[in-house]
Amino acid sequence: MIEMRLGVLFSGGKDSVFACFRAMEKNEVVSLIAIVSENEDSYMFHTPNIRRVDFLAEAIGIPLLTWPTKGEEEKELEDLKDAISAAKETYGIEGIVTGAIESVYQAARVQRICRDLALWCFNPIWQIDQVSYLKLLISEGFEVIITGVFAYPLDESWVGAKIDERRVKELEKLQNRYHINPAGEGGELETFVLDGPIFKKRIQIIRATKTYGNYRGHFRIEDMRLMEKQEARK
Amino acid sequence: MILLIDLCYKKGSLSRSEFVDPIRDCVRRAGSLSKVLHFSEVKGDEIKGCEKVILCGTALKDNIYAKNIESFSWIRECKVPILGICAGMQVIGSSFGGAIVSQPKIGLEQIEITTETGLLGQSRMIEGYHLHNYGITLPEGFLIVAGTRSSIEAFKHQEKPIYGILFHPEVRNRWIIKRFVQL
Repeated sequence: MIEMRLGVLFSGGKDSVFACFRAMEKNEVVSLIAIVSENEDSYMFHTPNIRRVDFLAEAIGIPLLTWPTKGEEEKELEDLKDAISAAKETYGIEGIVTGAIESVYQAARVQRICRDLALWCFNPIWQIDQVSYLKLLISEGFEVIITGVFAYPLDESWVGAKIDERRVKELEKLQNRYHINPAGEGGELETFVLDGPIFKKRIQIIRATKTYGNYRGHFRIEDMRLMEKQEARK
Repeated sequence: MILLIDLCYKKGSLSRSEFVDPIRDCVRRAGSLSKVLHFSEVKGDEIKGCEKVILCGTALKDNIYAKNIESFSWIRECKVPILGICAGMQVIGSSFGGAIVSQPKIGLEQIEITTETGLLGQSRMIEGYHLHNYGITLPEGFLIVAGTRSSIEAFKHQEKPIYGILFHPEVRNRWIIKRFVQL
């Protein structure tokens, strides 16, 4: 039985996709809400490549509501509130779901907005053990690639790599040795999800370019397409 | 074995992973086994065989527990240590005659520990994560451990090992759960 109609704060990264997956188990997710920030250093938002997020929403099959923000501190919170308010009006959402794991800064601000708008707020991976979480992502069937690295000692091999059991073991070692957050909660990693159990279609990358230098790297997807899942298995 | 009681709006809700599972993880890391029951499943007999009980918190908008206080009458007769977190503290306080009152707070704030206890240690300032719309007045037989009479952050029963804390120890203060497990 469906419990609530929910909107998911959506960046296209693994955390918001996995939070969406959890929410869909017993609830109806009726809207993905993406805040598109012009500020690459935003404290609040994982600045998504909007074309990628659009593709992802289509792959999952849930309407995407995009909302622009200049990304000025605190003003962007008003933009987030306006976006959530628009989702409430358009889709009749009763609550918001986020992929927050550790950030008290982000979590507290979303909680306040939800309180002001009389909405429920759910954070299904809040305080989760990060290594266990990465293993869970794999065992649940999510295909996640690393689209950005931003910390020592992550080398070029991580850029564009798929998160698999071997990579999780490496991240666990780096956590013990360098205090890297294995799930990238400290901004060490940026990810993109290509497939998963809630995907109606999977994403195939046709062309991408890598840049890397001084422990900062990007995997830029230049062309991609949606594939039927049966087509993908052939 | 520690019994974790899920106070969220229904068994198996989306809130469980946010308010119960992190506590379970803290208990596991502290070296103890645990089991989880929803508050609707606990009548009192379920406590038998458990060393301790933790009443977990709920989402900000979730106050179903407060409408079912009569179902927690077993708390007064409970023989094992109890820790109530946020909504759990309100349930304990209410079971002993305190009143649930409006006391909204969200985010990290300074907390003054005013009375030394085995759970929170010596008097000092700590920082804790708050997520609540309500607090609780001091019930008879309890003493304030942290905060003030108008804004109680933690209390303890004067004779029994029953504790309540209004902030969320699973966020940045996991040592509190560890100390409770090891009490």
